[in-house]
Amino acid sequence: MTIELKSNIPSGPMEGKWEKHRFEMKLVNPANKRKYTILVVGTGLAGASAAASLAELGYKVKAFCFQDSPRRAHSIAAQGGINAAKNYCNDGDSVHRLFYDTVKGGDYRAREANVHRLAEISVSIIDQCVAQGVPFAREYGGLLANRSFGGTQVSRTFYARGQTGQQLLLGAYPALQRQIGLGAVQMFPRTEMLDVILVNGAARGIVVRNLVTGRIESHTGDAVCLATGGYGNLFYLSTNAKGCNVTAIWRAHRRGALMANPCFTQIHPTCIPVSGEYQSKLTLMSESLRNDGRIWVPKEKGDKRPAAQIPEDQRDYYLERRYPSFGNLVPRDVASRAAKAACDEGRGVGPGGLGVYLDFGDAIRRLGEKTIADKYGNLFEMYERITDENPYRTPMRIYPAIHYTMGGLWVDYNLMSTIPGLFVLGEANFSDHGANRLGASALMQGLADGYFIIPYTIGHYLANAKLEKVEPDAPACKAVIEEVAGRTARLLGVKGRRSPDSFHKELGKVMWDNCGMGRNAAGLQKAIQRIPEIREEFWKNISVLGTGEQLNQQLEKAGRVADFLEFGELTCRDALHREESCGGHFREEHQTPDGEAKRDDEKFAYVAAWEWKGEGQKPELNKEPLTFEIVHPTQRSYK
Amino acid sequence: MKLILHIWRQRGPNDAGKMVSYDVPDASPEMSFLEMLDVLNERLIEKGEEPVAFDHDCREGICGMCGIVINGIPHGPRPATTTCQLHMRTFNDGDQIFLEPWRAKAFPVVRDLVVDRSAFDRVISAGGFVSVNTGSAPEANSVPVAKKDADLAMDAAQCIGCGACVAACPNASAMLFTSAKVSHLGILPQGRPEAATRVQKMVSQMDAEGFGNCTNTRECEAACPKSIGVEFIARMNREYLCAALTDRPEAEGGGGV
Repeated sequence: MTIELKSNIPSGPMEGKWEKHRFEMKLVNPANKRKYTILVVGTGLAGASAAASLAELGYKVKAFCFQDSPRRAHSIAAQGGINAAKNYCNDGDSVHRLFYDTVKGGDYRAREANVHRLAEISVSIIDQCVAQGVPFAREYGGLLANRSFGGTQVSRTFYARGQTGQQLLLGAYPALQRQIGLGAVQMFPRTEMLDVILVNGAARGIVVRNLVTGRIESHTGDAVCLATGGYGNLFYLSTNAKGCNVTAIWRAHRRGALMANPCFTQIHPTCIPVSGEYQSKLTLMSESLRNDGRIWVPKEKGDKRPAAQIPEDQRDYYLERRYPSFGNLVPRDVASRAAKAACDEGRGVGPGGLGVYLDFGDAIRRLGEKTIADKYGNLFEMYERITDENPYRTPMRIYPAIHYTMGGLWVDYNLMSTIPGLFVLGEANFSDHGANRLGASALMQGLADGYFIIPYTIGHYLANAKLEKVEPDAPACKAVIEEVAGRTARLLGVKGRRSPDSFHKELGKVMWDNCGMGRNAAGLQKAIQRIPEIREEFWKNISVLGTGEQLNQQLEKAGRVADFLEFGELTCRDALHREESCGGHFREEHQTPDGEAKRDDEKFAYVAAWEWKGEGQKPELNKEPLTFEIVHPTQRSYK
Repeated sequence: MKLILHIWRQRGPNDAGKMVSYDVPDASPEMSFLEMLDVLNERLIEKGEEPVAFDHDCREGICGMCGIVINGIPHGPRPATTTCQLHMRTFNDGDQIFLEPWRAKAFPVVRDLVVDRSAFDRVISAGGFVSVNTGSAPEANSVPVAKKDADLAMDAAQCIGCGACVAACPNASAMLFTSAKVSHLGILPQGRPEAATRVQKMVSQMDAEGFGNCTNTRECEAACPKSIGVEFIARMNREYLCAALTDRPEAEGGGGV
């Protein structure tokens, strides 16, 4: 049976939808708000801002994170900036332009109404953050500074040196800590969500494992918000923090929440290349570097001379050559594919030929070393620490890596999944970035969802829902606790010979080789055959030492890898069924003669929302058609 | 590279711990310190021994989760570098390396190299924020902030809350951590209205958590992976003294509706 996906987009003109909807949504009386308990899982930008804002409104909130403190969530690692349509630079920016750029940048696979709302809210986010004391970069006159980012021709990105994510989280995290201090939020750090509890079809609780004591217990409430981030670690090597995982949203998927567009994964063009087999993660170099850095490879194949010995006329600044109007600031998917193409032609640089140069020579000559150091100093230092090379003297070597995932749980305009009462925020949902996210838009979306959308839409849900109280020891809770405990025991009980990491690396390689920057039917079919075999071996041969009643990092990892082993297969199925190229999803069979992505709007202008049908069963595809009233799909051109 | 590691192993908070030695015969200079530990752990698992527990997450030096005392120095020998950003090229073939957890009364050991730093969260809860509810903020550019003030606030705001300052201090003081937050918010006009109450509440919570006092040994500054300077401690002391002398308690019923 196909599920009818109701996006609940308000009627009326695009510019007025959100305002109209805010008026039409029901409110919860202030005195009644404290009768409701909301569970927020994840404390990154989306989760921390949601938990703090909901508590400020008067709701009782319980917040959970697997790290030792809410401040460590992976939002903290975002470097470059956050977009907002303030038009402080007087360069022609507007809400409409941010909306337009985001829909186009997403290669016409996002919902227009959601994106428009995001652009409207963007301006309030900056106001909120500044009031919280976020130390954004400023001009000498004391006003806020902006810079430009990929995929746009205006400067609308606000930043705090190369650590904007950290500074924004240090706005949201203290707001959360303030509510904890006031007793409005109960915080559970080092606590991992392992399942959702449904009562009468609605999300009413979660089952968690205390990572220190190993205790598995339930928490119940009136609604659940998942702000658990993206699944980039499906590929093992990514720019994500080591703990990032798919478990929370995958467990929700298995309980009935549809998974949307999992194959829309973003590969970031500027990361430090892999150095060896032991590599545990990849480090991003902020996209902002492309404002001043010029990307090039030698014109000749196999030119092994050091960069400094390659004369100007023997260098190919391929982005400037292929895309003269956007140059080095083309969107991420375009820049990544161009780097891969250059390396595939044998013109890559560095060990293994998997790298291209990002060169600051011209910028240093033009602006001076000090200006460059002021703008990018900490990034240059980070590069030098990792590679032992000085980027002021020799060009950086960079290569694309998995960075962000546009796919996620399907949500309607109110951010609610197909399970009533289960809301999904930030990177964990699929909604706003289509098939490719523009730089500096993830922070914007996380904070928009948490500060300015969920506080309204959750009230509307609660005011309409008739919810009876669910005690943590209700039969529905006990049943899920038992399932989770059984699964944990099963992981400990295999007593095989291989570590969780060894399976994770094997899966990651299958994913990267077959579902990475370039995908084709044969490779995807191979992966769909191979992943279940790895999964089978995992359950026969996984080794998790120690017990479940203590801090056991291998047990945590094993559970996450087990879920990736299921999720990876779905991702490949999604990539196989989408017989077109769009954004980060590049099917080699579908490209223009000059190697650009070729969309098929007639057949694929929809959101692919997959439904779990049980172990060993094929997932079922549901479609939410996408319509474009304002930004009419054309072939994206950055030439 | 051939290395001998001496690692603090402790099963749980209430168990006794001890140093245990391990050979790592095949480290590469390009590896990060944590990747070298990954290699050791994989080998321990193969042998059926429980791997060494250590905290880490982003592995790019920004989340503040990692932290090992390496040869007596929090985050190891390289200045301004977190444990995860330390690379093995800093060490020599044949080195013996000692790995211990942060040691401070306020940071109890959870297991092996993992400690509980929730005391820091409680210090922030006491006052490390600007009390501004979502939605009530004025237009962002309505309050100009001199660039040098914004830059100085940013210098303080770089703190990643790793706790190396506490681990380095002979008194296990949290003054550098607390003063970084007090300064970051106190320098900005947005943080001034609460500056006096903030500093008093945060210092009082810091004391309640069992952190020691500052005796100007400046080990914190040397260990800080973000190069946060002791000038912020001086700034906090000034703010605290001023607040203690001039801050009046809230009037009874003052401002209430």
